[in-house]
Amino acid sequence: METESIVIRHARIIDPSRQLDRVGDILLGSGEILATGRLGLDRIPEGARVIDGTGLVVAPGFIDLHCHLREPGFEYKETIAAGSKAAAKGGFTTVCAMPNTDPPIDNAAMVEFIHQKAKQESAVRILPIGCVTKGRKGHELSEMEELATAGVAAFSDDGDPVYDANLMKLALTYSSDLGLVISNHCQERSLSCNGVMAEGPVATHLGLDGIPAAAEEAMIARDIALAEATGGRLHVAHLSTVGSVPLVREAKDRGLAVTAEVCPHHLTVTDQWVLGAKGAASVAAGGLAYDTSTKVYPPLRAQRDVEALIAGLAEGVIDCIATDHAPHDLTSKQVTYQEAAFGISVLETALGSLLQLVDSSKLSMAAMIDRLTVGPANVLGEKYADLASLQPGTPADIVIFDPEQEWIVDTSEFESKGKNTPLEGTTLKGRVVATIVGGNLVYEGPGLKFQEARSRA
Amino acid sequence: MSLSRTIDTPDIEGSLTSEPKPRKHVLDLDDFSQEEISAVLDSARSMKEVLGRDIKKVPALRGKVVVTLFYEASTRTRISFEEAGKVLSADVINMSSSGSSTEKGESLLNTGLTIQAMGVDTIVIRHPHSGAPYLLAQNLDKVSIINAGDGLHAHPTQALLDLYTVQDKLGSMEGRKVVIVGDLLHSRVARSDIWGFAKMGAKVVLSGPNTLMPPDLIRSNNNIARSGFASLVEVDTNLDRAIEGADVVMALRLQQERQHAGFLPSLREYIRRWQVTDERMARANPDAMVMHPGPMNEGIEISNSIAHGGSSVIEEQVTNGVAIRMALLYQVTIGPAQQL
Repeated sequence: METESIVIRHARIIDPSRQLDRVGDILLGSGEILATGRLGLDRIPEGARVIDGTGLVVAPGFIDLHCHLREPGFEYKETIAAGSKAAAKGGFTTVCAMPNTDPPIDNAAMVEFIHQKAKQESAVRILPIGCVTKGRKGHELSEMEELATAGVAAFSDDGDPVYDANLMKLALTYSSDLGLVISNHCQERSLSCNGVMAEGPVATHLGLDGIPAAAEEAMIARDIALAEATGGRLHVAHLSTVGSVPLVREAKDRGLAVTAEVCPHHLTVTDQWVLGAKGAASVAAGGLAYDTSTKVYPPLRAQRDVEALIAGLAEGVIDCIATDHAPHDLTSKQVTYQEAAFGISVLETALGSLLQLVDSSKLSMAAMIDRLTVGPANVLGEKYADLASLQPGTPADIVIFDPEQEWIVDTSEFESKGKNTPLEGTTLKGRVVATIVGGNLVYEGPGLKFQEARSRA
Repeated sequence: MSLSRTIDTPDIEGSLTSEPKPRKHVLDLDDFSQEEISAVLDSARSMKEVLGRDIKKVPALRGKVVVTLFYEASTRTRISFEEAGKVLSADVINMSSSGSSTEKGESLLNTGLTIQAMGVDTIVIRHPHSGAPYLLAQNLDKVSIINAGDGLHAHPTQALLDLYTVQDKLGSMEGRKVVIVGDLLHSRVARSDIWGFAKMGAKVVLSGPNTLMPPDLIRSNNNIARSGFASLVEVDTNLDRAIEGADVVMALRLQQERQHAGFLPSLREYIRRWQVTDERMARANPDAMVMHPGPMNEGIEISNSIAHGGSSVIEEQVTNGVAIRMALLYQVTIGPAQQL
């Protein structure tokens, strides 16, 4: 498809792939980035659309290693079409779709289905993730080479761990010549039992079964030992506890091929939110307690977990931020806390949440962008590096956002079918104003200003 | 103050103008002040007087409809609410999950909306899931909700009847030592009792196996933040020591499934360490009271002789339960009884 030329002028251009952070212009054409820097008027092609980037940040489009698009099988929760629009609205240009669909993505035909759907309906790039085990049942390895050849970007049985330790060992061993990472959902079920929220003071107060931190840490420790034993590539999905960070740090220090991700909600929201007051300190549970939109796996944890995860992310122990976007229908959440589905709809609030960390100086803007671009691309592997760069010649996958724009989260305006977020009604600062995929403007948000090509100062 | 047969509702409404907003729901005691608890206990005292009459009937809630919606088995709580409603002349409709549309898969929320649409005034709910009454309170705008026990979370009417029973015997609860023994982890009664006794100024001590203690209350566990309860209670797994000087000893029901789930090595060991016995009661204050929320496993958490001995107030708890539920039904359906 012919794409028009687009110029973004006077923006703060942040390209972590080149440690670049400066105000300038960026020129896109033929689906690629053509130039960045200070562009003279003569470099702007005739008929180009000119975006006024004053006050805006331009960065490589975000890459999400972990989201649930629910299709096929759960179209009442999310579809590839709606999920991809949500991704674009959130500034994501590439999303990895988890295979816990019905049927699961455990064979080449299913991968092809996702590719076809994506081609027809998606605004952003969708990389399917293939199952580690047939049917996600945890008994036999899926045909991992066939999946790899069909184009999966990684393997995972997400939603469930690869529970059998020997099977995980075999998966890491078998796939070690395929160049793809195995992302494991670390949950030792004999410890998480019937838990529905983090073990701790709020669970005690509300009488909800707690999930101990050890349920996550025990399996991460197991998987690291298996990665060491096999030389396989392990990616730890959604880290949530203070104790998980040093496990990953030590594995990296020993030179193992271990990477990790963390979700925006685990960096910004605590288990206090289950009390219903959006995290405000309160002695009583209050009428809004048991807010099922806070129910997620891994569970929201304590402030000290949040602090440790932010520090681990800033330090680089945690490679990247992944949304674990888990949209659900209303009915799955309008039940008791115990019955409610696990998951938060994250794609459209991720940036606004994460910029809180930048605003409070816990994470630099450049580091935040790195963990949303270069970080996840590195986990996927060399061939995806171009998706995380503004280097001329790479695909024109770009996010433009206004770090100062305040907005109130209103799920009725979500593109995602999943309205399940505890952030409903809260004010976030920082909003995507445009998303460009392969040179096409796939999302235009509030604050996007075009200039007349001829009348610019 | 007594309940007359000529309750005049318009007066009640008129007199409320300068008062704080009347309580619409009773979900837990965590949002009750000491004053509010005292007011409920005072109101229950006049209700108990009605229960002592030859003709136990006053028209206070005539024309009001109360539904008891029980998703779990119950004898005392359910009958207690039913009696309370009927003595106050409310129409009480009992609904249980078996035999109802719940068996056809109707959700709790839809059941609640259906009941609300029938013009019911108050729903009394018991549910195996913590927070179920909150789900109704958040989504039904025309009915009052009373929590008759939700999951592991709360049983506020039981706690209030416990407070009433203790106040009746001891007068003020300020500075009194209340020891709660047993499965604290799974006890909704204990959670509400802790709030209640602590708010009334009592010193609350918990005793039981560490495996049946909420993790944040285990003394040796420094790896986890403490809950609001932690500042309200002391924990001592040694019951012989915990019970010293106690004014109130409450034994909690030990569900025998807990042994199979691995929380206990054996009932025998539990009995040896935590059964409330004559020997142990000898360490408490001489006039100490023994309580149990029921139903009891005699011979497990409480010895037979203690359960039926002179220090036991277990039957009074049951009687007082009716009065407390009358007071609460009256309060959420009509308004604070002090206005009468």
